Amino acid sequence: MTVPNSSDPTGWHRPSARLLRLRRLELLGVALPLLIVAVAVPLAVGAQTVATALGLAVLAGSVVTERVLHRRFLAWGYAEREDDLLVHRGVLIQRLSVVPYGRMQFVDVVAGPFERAADLATVHLHTAAAASDARIPGLPTGEAARLRDQLAARGEATAAGL
Amino acid sequence: MRDEQTPAASGASALPSAPPLPVEPGWHRLHPLSPMVRAGRGLVVLVVALLFASVRRGHPDYGELIGDGVVVVVLLAVGVVSWLVTRWQVVDGVLRVETGLLRRSSQRYPLSQVQAIDIVATGIARSLGLAELRLRMAGSATRGGGRLQCVRAADAEGLRASLLAAGRATAATPSVTADHAAAPKPPLYRLHSVRLLVSVLLSRLGLVTVAAGCAVVLTVVLGPPAAAGAVGGSSALALGVLTNLYRRLNGEYGMAVTVTPDGLQLRSGLVELSTETIPVSRIQAVRMVEPPLWRPFGWCRVEVEVAGKKVREENAGTGRERRALLPVGSRELARRLVAEVIDDLPAPERPAPRRARWKAPLSYRWLAVGDNDRYVVTTNGRLARVHHWVPLEKVQSIRQVQGPVQRALGLGSIHLDTAGRSMHAVLKDRDWVQLQDELVRLAALCRAARRP
Repeated sequence: MTVPNSSDPTGWHRPSARLLRLRRLELLGVALPLLIVAVAVPLAVGAQTVATALGLAVLAGSVVTERVLHRRFLAWGYAEREDDLLVHRGVLIQRLSVVPYGRMQFVDVVAGPFERAADLATVHLHTAAAASDARIPGLPTGEAARLRDQLAARGEATAAGL
Repeated sequence: MRDEQTPAASGASALPSAPPLPVEPGWHRLHPLSPMVRAGRGLVVLVVALLFASVRRGHPDYGELIGDGVVVVVLLAVGVVSWLVTRWQVVDGVLRVETGLLRRSSQRYPLSQVQAIDIVATGIARSLGLAELRLRMAGSATRGGGRLQCVRAADAEGLRASLLAAGRATAATPSVTADHAAAPKPPLYRLHSVRLLVSVLLSRLGLVTVAAGCAVVLTVVLGPPAAAGAVGGSSALALGVLTNLYRRLNGEYGMAVTVTPDGLQLRSGLVELSTETIPVSRIQAVRMVEPPLWRPFGWCRVEVEVAGKKVREENAGTGRERRALLPVGSRELARRLVAEVIDDLPAPERPAPRRARWKAPLSYRWLAVGDNDRYVVTTNGRLARVHHWVPLEKVQSIRQVQGPVQRALGLGSIHLDTAGRSMHAVLKDRDWVQLQDELVRLAALCRAARRP
């Protein structure tokens, strides 16, 4: 058995594309008011060059952040294998977690207000180890529920004591 | 600082050789002095506070004294009542404890499920010749087992032996404990107190304490007026440091480790004596630390992480997840102790690639890993050299991580997470291409190790 790697599409699932849209909206929600303030305040005191510079800076920052968000979104991936769940994430620091089903203590499904509005949820896997950090964001609610039940069932079948 | 292998003859009474003390049928009471132990902590605090108050005023304030006296009496009365309504008995291999005046509660502890019985004697209990028995049950990690607080210290060992024997008699399967009757083995080592003191002074905690002490002395000498404020301001910090120091010294003083059929038996204590048994099967990870200041002496420290003791108990010494098996000792002794826990020791024989030097200049000289079918060993650490041994069977999850610097150098790390929060093994800065195969191999090894 080989570890499927992120460039190989077989077996790997991705979060819903709505997650990326949600992240972009969140960015817009922060960047737009910032842009307005950055331009309006200097304009009010009559400093036009400052207004232009600040406005451009905010715009450039937003574009860079958008690229980062995009790449971070693309980095997420998970694969259900026979005995364990693989989760891949991260751009700057790339992580691949392998969590055996038998080691899962409980599975959390969390959805914040924005996620709920987009009909998305985050599945969070907990093991007895504090350092385990496997979570999968941006799953459609139905898929999150299916994954949760699937993980619970497999965990029960292969549960092992400490 | 002679060797730690002091012959056991010097401490024959400390050996787990007490014959089982037969428990008569019917109800028993705890020791009549038990209320004193329970109320003891509060009493000591109260007495100290009273002393301080009267010393400051120059003469005792009788009104306040009477008020505090009433508090003491009430505390004691509550203790006595609770002692009066508490009783225990052993029937058919079950320990039953009944307690409570208004809300009666009756607890049943099937002795066949007892994993270990710890004996703890706090300072007050010791001065009264008492000790407390704590039952460690299988599978009830969070709720904690029962306790008998307190019985005569002289009987504690015998009682423990007979409770364990009763549990074995009713156990459905005759377990590995058949050789219980065999003569107890001598302890693997007995910690030398001078060595412990020196080693604590040379540890981070000791250095902080010494530095703080010097600072206080300097301020007092150089600027007496400023001293009062400075000392007062840092008193909370000082209290914390001193508490830690006391806990460490008390918890590790005179430590002796004995191999018993139930697991490793740890005895230690300066003021508060405790006997604790760690079942080997509950050990999640082992590590051996060699701090830089200990290196001239060739000393190191061995710690284990034990699962299922999340609840921090009131008394230090037990209830910690991380426990020192060897507070300080020679490398050779440490190896022997680790070998008691890990029967098939792999050697850290595969060093990291040379280019890892640029990523980890301080720890490069140590970075190495090794494994066999059942265990993985890793070596890392910047100033102190740290070996981690992790049983593959206990690995909770595996993480492969690559940071930007590692990517530039073609390196990566694999983390093997174990239960608990203080230890996990890291295969640090390995060759990235080989690491892919390593991940697959380790995942397969863990899977194989989990299946009996």
